[in-house]
Amino acid sequence: MNEHDSTRHSEVSALEERLAAVWRAESPRLIARVARLVGDLSAAEDIAQDAFVAAIEKWRVEGLPPQPAAWLHRTARYLAIDRIRRQDAQQAKYRQLAARSDVVQPPEELPSDATLADDLLGLIFMACHPVLSADARSALTLKLVCGLTTEEVARALLTAQATVAQRIVRAKRTLRAANVTFELPEQTERARRLQAVREVIYLLFNEGYAATSGAQWTRNDLCHEAQRLARTLAALTPNDTETLGLLALLEIQASRLAARTDSSGNQVLLMDQDRDRWDHLLIRRGLALVDRIEHLGGSSGCYALQAAIAACHARATHAESTDWEQIAALYDALAQINPSPVVELNRALAVSRAYGPAEGLALLTPLMGQPVMAGYHLLPAAAADLSCLAGEHQHARDLFLEAAAAAPNQRERTALQRRAAECLNHIAITVPPRDLHQSDLRDELP
Amino acid sequence: MRYMVMHYETEATENGAMPTPEQQQAIGTFMQEVASTGVLLGGEGVFPSSHGARVEFTGDDVRVIDGPFAEARELIAGFALLDVQTLAEAIEIARKFGQIVGTGRVDVRRVVEASDLQ
Repeated sequence: MNEHDSTRHSEVSALEERLAAVWRAESPRLIARVARLVGDLSAAEDIAQDAFVAAIEKWRVEGLPPQPAAWLHRTARYLAIDRIRRQDAQQAKYRQLAARSDVVQPPEELPSDATLADDLLGLIFMACHPVLSADARSALTLKLVCGLTTEEVARALLTAQATVAQRIVRAKRTLRAANVTFELPEQTERARRLQAVREVIYLLFNEGYAATSGAQWTRNDLCHEAQRLARTLAALTPNDTETLGLLALLEIQASRLAARTDSSGNQVLLMDQDRDRWDHLLIRRGLALVDRIEHLGGSSGCYALQAAIAACHARATHAESTDWEQIAALYDALAQINPSPVVELNRALAVSRAYGPAEGLALLTPLMGQPVMAGYHLLPAAAADLSCLAGEHQHARDLFLEAAAAAPNQRERTALQRRAAECLNHIAITVPPRDLHQSDLRDELP
Repeated sequence: MRYMVMHYETEATENGAMPTPEQQQAIGTFMQEVASTGVLLGGEGVFPSSHGARVEFTGDDVRVIDGPFAEARELIAGFALLDVQTLAEAIEIARKFGQIVGTGRVDVRRVVEASDLQ
């Protein structure tokens, strides 16, 4: 490759990168705006892509304009209006045949109060619509709202590209069949729909935070996308305390991503983490959100409560200074609004920290027999921890091995087997209980 | 990846010119737009250097010099912290922002993360 070629090559790849960046930043709003105009998600995505293809052809020759986003929006709008005209013209032809009238109505202008923010929120509501399955919502949201390519979505969800593509096509078909409009829902319905959106974001983050399959411990990119979505949702609904709670929770959980694995990729439990490696910018953001929720009158919703729990850990500069009584009280509140064995498990762990292992085991024991908890490795793992603290090493070892056998991935299995071996060496007395927050984020369990 | 995006003073802003109402509105709209794409972690603007000082170090010698300082275009006027996937994404945001605030230059610098220090 001569010098000219290599310059040309780097120019081309710089252009490609810029185009990808523009697409990523603009496509959600572009699709949202067009969807409002034409009323159909599939058509909107096609039009946005057509506008982008037109842009690429033009810009490859002329270079990027000073405001590529504005150009894309104008072009997409033109294409949308053109499409509406063609449809109108089609209908007009029938009308003409009937009435010999050749007046074709110009398309309606955008409603003036339709801000970009509302468009974006409308798009999010559509992608997370309750008529769609959980899988479809995740895929559609990553594709349309995060601006990922189908290939990237497939990678993020550890699913074959063809499967994801099909899922997205079906989802759009389902939305059309259900006659889902782009209008923002009214107040009561809006609260329900926001809850559905939060669930999608929460599941995406969990999927990345504790990979349920494969050997990999975390999938940071997916966490990152979920965080970005939560930030978007919080920016669009700045006074919704549960959304702020969700964002606070994700910011604080994500602050520990770097500290959750050691240099050989092994899991490091919350109480063992090097807190200097926590991301203090994210913690500050999370704590500021928790303060803001208080300022707005507080929230007793499940995300705000989980955020408050995460905040307790984040505020503790040393593991020893954790306010376990406060955490136990917050889990009490969480158990009341969102009773689940997983919450109960975490409550038991917090109680044992605050009031002693015997108190904790008393709460755990009734869970051990519950059918929904069968195969859930974190329960025997937690019981093993408490047995360790109570000095029952043999019992603890059996429970660790039981947990290891049920662990969903190799890394967790190895970590649990190591704990079992440590019991044998009587080292376990000094080993603190396992990461509460790992189980705390596994609420997908029934 | 996080990027710190810094813009610089102009002669006018160093002389205390505040953004016009139109500019303020444009900046507000832009910030809302960036926030709603979920990439904005924070940011601030600063007063002209006449409100600040500079601390200079030469070996063991420390000198404090009060503002204002010459070379407006070398003085930071504000920063934003962005959380994006690529440098190109950060540049696109910097480009838009620079056009709105009317600065002569915006620097886009990658933030060192804890994971870079291992």
